[in-house]
Amino acid sequence: MRQSVGVAAASAAVLLVAGCGGGGPQSDGDQKLTGDKIVLGVLNDQSGAYSELSGRNSVQAVEMAIADFKARHGDRAVTKDISVETADHQNKPDVANAKAQEMYDRKGVDLILDVPTSSAALKVADVAKEKKRLYFNIGAATTELTGKSCNRYTFHWAYDTYMLANGTGKTTTEQIGKNWYILYPNYAFGQDMEKSFSAAITSAGGTVVGKDGAPFPNTSGDYSTFLLKAPTLNPKPQVLGTMQAGAELVNVVKQYNEFKLRDKGVGLAVGLMFLTDIHSLTPAALAGTTYTDAWYWNFDQRNREFADRFSKETGTRPTFAHAANYSAATQYLEAVQAAGTDDADTVVEGLEGKTVDDVFLRNGKIRAEDHRVVHDAYLAQVKSQAEVTEPWDYVKVLKTIPAAEAFRAPSPDCKL
Amino acid sequence: MTGFLQNTFNGLVSGAFYALLALGLAVIFGMLRVVNFAHGAFYMLGAFGAYVLLSEAGVPFWAALVIMPLGLALLGMALERAVIHRLTRLDPLYNFLLTFGLTLILQDLVKTRYGVQSSPYATPAELSGSVDFGLFDFPTYRVFILGFAVLLCVAVWWVLTRTRIGMVVRAATERPELTRAFGIDVGRWVTPVFGFGIGLAGLAGVLAAPMRAVNPLMGADLIIVIFAVVVIGGLGSIFGSVAAGFGIGLVQAWGEAYLSEFPIVSQTIVFVVMAAVLLWRPAGLFGREEAPA
Repeated sequence: MRQSVGVAAASAAVLLVAGCGGGGPQSDGDQKLTGDKIVLGVLNDQSGAYSELSGRNSVQAVEMAIADFKARHGDRAVTKDISVETADHQNKPDVANAKAQEMYDRKGVDLILDVPTSSAALKVADVAKEKKRLYFNIGAATTELTGKSCNRYTFHWAYDTYMLANGTGKTTTEQIGKNWYILYPNYAFGQDMEKSFSAAITSAGGTVVGKDGAPFPNTSGDYSTFLLKAPTLNPKPQVLGTMQAGAELVNVVKQYNEFKLRDKGVGLAVGLMFLTDIHSLTPAALAGTTYTDAWYWNFDQRNREFADRFSKETGTRPTFAHAANYSAATQYLEAVQAAGTDDADTVVEGLEGKTVDDVFLRNGKIRAEDHRVVHDAYLAQVKSQAEVTEPWDYVKVLKTIPAAEAFRAPSPDCKL
Repeated sequence: MTGFLQNTFNGLVSGAFYALLALGLAVIFGMLRVVNFAHGAFYMLGAFGAYVLLSEAGVPFWAALVIMPLGLALLGMALERAVIHRLTRLDPLYNFLLTFGLTLILQDLVKTRYGVQSSPYATPAELSGSVDFGLFDFPTYRVFILGFAVLLCVAVWWVLTRTRIGMVVRAATERPELTRAFGIDVGRWVTPVFGFGIGLAGLAGVLAAPMRAVNPLMGADLIIVIFAVVVIGGLGSIFGSVAAGFGIGLVQAWGEAYLSEFPIVSQTIVFVVMAAVLLWRPAGLFGREEAPA
């Protein structure tokens, strides 16, 4: 007797739940979520060189996206059980590979986010392809993700070497100087950046008068040989383009200032820079430097509102990687909501060709041809110390590069 | 010609850092037979200490240049007494592992508190200009580093060759058993010498802060080259470490300047030199075959 009362109560509860859920789109029983929940996986560098520009604060950004999603949809949300798994890949491809497999197989992760460091990013793309699970890359720069390594389950969300080179190389050549000297770290990322920049500079009518690959990692920390050489080249370069990143970029810029190259008529352009890099060098050390930014927190009111909320959670202003993680998580959750399922193939169909507008993606479009997410990019210039009026507001946006021009055309190497 | 002089000058500046760090390693190895893997971490602590002193207490560069080496020397002496000293009787590998572990702990402690992002540290205003050498001008700060390091090396050489303490240290380095047999209390000098070596590393760190990225891993990157320098100079040879330090700085600068078409050569030149020296003189350029202990 007692048993049958229990059964009745349980059935009533099921009916009630089903009744409430009935308001949600397409929740017609046979298409639903695996395990009735969504798990987002943030796989990135949480202890090394890239942990500040993305790292744990990107996990925070994804948590914000989940909270906002729940607030938007309330009881009509496809599920309220949305959680985040996170792991440190230490920028090592083999670790990234193992962690990605673990996330998909054992942690029930539906979508892997972030994954900086190109070599690690490419490994995870292979895992996503093999497991037929989704992967939105934010942190890595290589165009190979939408080139010969592209696949149905991988999307490249924020930026790539083409975007950086095209924005900075082209505009700087047109506005600051035609003759360039390029200094790059001599490994995959640096070589890729050098090629992209040389192409952009040449097509804008400029000349690369000299280029050097510096040791990577540069154990001596010294770049003076290259910095001394720059002004002596003939014709003399008006722009030093440095492709170094993180701590190596800090070394180059410190020594660029020591040798007073700006006073000698050699301006500075930086291949890849994050807000956190400017913070550690101080704007005074970088004043006037131009670079391409995928997003800037104080660009407009909408970005600023996001940045204010982010600061409350983290105590720091967001880099473009943080905003892009928020955007990627948001768009995934919306796609699942619209499809009513977390089935990867169905979600991919919903995303392909979709136009998007969110705090990070302006005039955004998820290209069906190669899964490159295109959006407006920004040519930015570091303010002089006198122009900085509030902490972390280090940059002015010189120009918005429209989404259609900011990224390369779909590569013929990519066959989805 | 101007370019050559500039590159030479730069090589000597890099070499100055190598020499200060290698010198500390050499005296420590000589006296304790400990290969101090944590040397790079103390270099990092020197630079970080300068940053923390400036940003949190407003202590200027010049004061940091005195405070940090002394503070770290004391910390080094405490460590020597507390742990290193307990392992010196065992296989040298134990202390190598111990100091490696110390490195990881120190790096992670700094990382936990300050993150991995490089911290800003400006060149002191009075040294931020350039010195005009006629043919070329050169950043004042680099001239200062070079002068300071050379003076320091000369001072250490004077202490080692002209004072009683120096005599004991040299004797203990070269013939530890014999020195003891003469009734000299070698053990009394072990702790101060360890502290002195650590202090030098801290000093190099403070000097590096204005021109290098100040972050928890800055020492880990450098220590590999320093070991190569010490091996080339001859493990435990005090003069050898200084000479090899400046020499390797020069070789690197010239290699980058004149072999830039062959990046593979210019990037590995330090280790090529090391391999060549080891084949030709296994004990290093200025080292002697290990005396029987």
